[in-house]
Amino acid sequence: MHKEFLMGNEAIALGALAAGVDLVCGYPGTPSTEVLETVAKKNTGNVYVEWSVNEKAAMEVAAGAAYSGARVMVTMKQMGLNVASDPLMCVEYIGVKGGMVVLVADDPGPISSQTEQDTRHFASFSKVPCFDPSSAQEAYDMMAEAFELSEKYQTPVFMRSTTRVSHGYASIEVRDPEEYVVNKPEGFVKDTNRWVIFPKLSNANHKKIVARNDELADVFSAYAGNRIFPENAGIDEKLSKKGIAAGGISFTYAMEARAELSGLRLLKVSTPYPFPEKKAVEFLEGLDEVLCMEELDPVIEDGLIYVCGKYGLKTKILGKHTGHSPVAGELSRDIALEMLAEFTGIKREKTEEKELPPLPVRPPVLCAGCPHRASFYAVKRAMKGRKCIFAGDIGCYTLGNAQPLDMVDTCLCMGAGLGIAQGVGHMDPETKCFAFVGDSTFFASAIPGVINAVYNQADMTLVVLDNSTTAMTGHQPHPGTGHTMMGQVVDKVSIDAVLRGCGLTVVEHVNPMELEKAVDTVKKVADEPGVKAIIFEYPCVAIVKPEKPLHVDVSSCIGCQKCIKEIGCPALSMRDGKAVIDESQCTGCTLCSQICSMDAIKKPCNGDCGSEKAQKTGGANE
Amino acid sequence: MNKNIVLCGVGGQGTVLASKLISAAAMAKDIPVMSAETIGMAQRGGSVFSHLRMGDDIYSPMIAKGTADIILGFEPGETVRMLPYLKPDGQVIVSSREVMPVTASLTGGSYSGADMIAYLQKNVKNLFVIDTDKAVKELGSAKVLNIIMLGAAVSSGALGLEKKDIKNAIIEKVPEKFHELNFRALDYYGNK
Ligand code: SF4
Ligand code: SF4
Repeated sequence: MHKEFLMGNEAIALGALAAGVDLVCGYPGTPSTEVLETVAKKNTGNVYVEWSVNEKAAMEVAAGAAYSGARVMVTMKQMGLNVASDPLMCVEYIGVKGGMVVLVADDPGPISSQTEQDTRHFASFSKVPCFDPSSAQEAYDMMAEAFELSEKYQTPVFMRSTTRVSHGYASIEVRDPEEYVVNKPEGFVKDTNRWVIFPKLSNANHKKIVARNDELADVFSAYAGNRIFPENAGIDEKLSKKGIAAGGISFTYAMEARAELSGLRLLKVSTPYPFPEKKAVEFLEGLDEVLCMEELDPVIEDGLIYVCGKYGLKTKILGKHTGHSPVAGELSRDIALEMLAEFTGIKREKTEEKELPPLPVRPPVLCAGCPHRASFYAVKRAMKGRKCIFAGDIGCYTLGNAQPLDMVDTCLCMGAGLGIAQGVGHMDPETKCFAFVGDSTFFASAIPGVINAVYNQADMTLVVLDNSTTAMTGHQPHPGTGHTMMGQVVDKVSIDAVLRGCGLTVVEHVNPMELEKAVDTVKKVADEPGVKAIIFEYPCVAIVKPEKPLHVDVSSCIGCQKCIKEIGCPALSMRDGKAVIDESQCTGCTLCSQICSMDAIKKPCNGDCGSEKAQKTGGANE
Repeated sequence: MNKNIVLCGVGGQGTVLASKLISAAAMAKDIPVMSAETIGMAQRGGSVFSHLRMGDDIYSPMIAKGTADIILGFEPGETVRMLPYLKPDGQVIVSSREVMPVTASLTGGSYSGADMIAYLQKNVKNLFVIDTDKAVKELGSAKVLNIIMLGAAVSSGALGLEKKDIKNAIIEKVPEKFHELNFRALDYYGNK
């Protein structure tokens, strides 16, 4: 054993490695991405790691390996679980041989997701047992337990994390590589009665699953992770009829609030499904009221209400159903303190909060030199004055909705832009319908939408924003990049060939940084009948070395601000009535210089053109 | 010794490394550490913060309002934003140089860092303002603002760490060719 300062996601990854995981696959998504990346980085060579094309593919690859007796982990964010749900619902009925842990990171807030869905509910829906760690150390320790449970009961198991657990850092105890479990998968053994899902088998297994989960509710009641605090004395006698129930990161908030305010009895729920009923009964004994602290859905709250009903207990359960807890958004130390203060009637010494002066707003924007800016701008310019809809998708390019581009009219979920563009078009054939999709999203979930459009005779333009990476989540490779997580260089899957294979005949490639050519291409393609595509090709600024920054020739600049108002590049601003370029941000993409009608924005010179150079804001020592 | 530390600034200013260095220094002294920081889309030119907690009996990496021993503010406006976290007699160390929002030129939403510093001077007893432009000029690099801040923080005593602890962490975490510059930045304020 030794100590390391680890991010929650790194702890989960090391926990899986220590448990002898043989295969890890997943699809990137905040806040889950670092788990798989850490496995790949720390791979001793014994683990097969892949970024799959999407979560459904990952789940199926993992199932095959688990059928073969391997220990497997599948990683995704909560939105990805929707994509993976088809195979997961079925794998639960079939079961596994090797341990299978499905790591899902939920995103209370939400901070970087479309929904606040709760994987603990997915657990009861799919009947898959669920662990819910509250810290990096716990997540590390629970990985071993999850694999053991999965193997013992031959079922997939959820390891559910949330943003603050996944992205929090702590100094934790981890095993040395010599102490890792070594697992030797037996390989797939044929048995049609076991691996082929037929109605008769499903019926029989359904009964077994229900019985098993009843048993697990008892097993979890005895599990050390589900605990009642304090184990010994330490309860405030005046408040001995009140208790708190919490799980996940909210448990840590509850413990700190409890330490500050009052020693109430507290139930920590580490396995929200199957709910540790007997432990809950033990906790509820003698309590009049219980306050539930949890993020997202009222899962612990519902569990306790159920237990009270089933065992005829009179305890009042307070939480989201009763207005004692916020129903949406993250909890925080401060919200937990307020909730507990109100519940116990203990007055807190609050430092009065002064009103702050107006503060700068810093919304996320497309980076300086981002090729998406140029692509959106080309389409905007080409379609000016025409009736259009621009269906967006999930990725950095969702930021194309901000002013001044204002080029994202809809955004729903991965790959949805294609379908939405078709639906709008069917209702209003006069509208020119565009769907924008990034390269990684294209492979992950846009291809059926393309085929649907071709088959059903839609009239639309697909715009593929190909920046050669999965930018939003931190630059993961994908089928179009030509390399894998195992470090192999492989043939790239061609977006062009895929589109033509789906029946498109008009597929144009253009460099978005060549503005005029790009505008002409869009004009031409948009007026073709049927389904057609434009592939804008230019790499993400974060993965290539920037060109030399441009500068503004102050004698030519008339201060019209056209460059700023048209494209909104963050490297451009006005100073003393003239445009100025921040050298530390500018990537030399030349887009602004193609917009200036005075030809005032110049390529690097030797400092003899009389231009004013921008002050560096100072890069960081990261 | 329990310490709550807030680091804040704008994406790309080096708050993350500063937080890592403090953590490494604490770990080397066997002090338990937890931290949490902004990750993801908000990093790009957006407001970023790290909460860092040292000591025993800590459950969560998050800091409650009114309990931070020290705020290390890499940017005046962002420092004001985090002020509700400061405990009544807490220490604030702030860089004088403002960073305009990237959208300022579009929306006209520019603001004055000097106004923010004035607000801090009025509302914070233990305030230390770093004359960043001067420091950067004297050190010849804008890249070590984070280390200058760390040096000032250590000297204030509010971190409960010593310069040699941070120095060792720099040796461990930063490529060797930058050591000399980082050490000079660390020693810019206070005693060695
Ligand atoms: S060339 Fe112009 S548009 Fe491109 S990054 Fe530089 S300032 Fe921005
Ligand atoms: S650089 Fe060109 S477009 Fe920008 S303000 Fe000056 S003249 Fe106008």
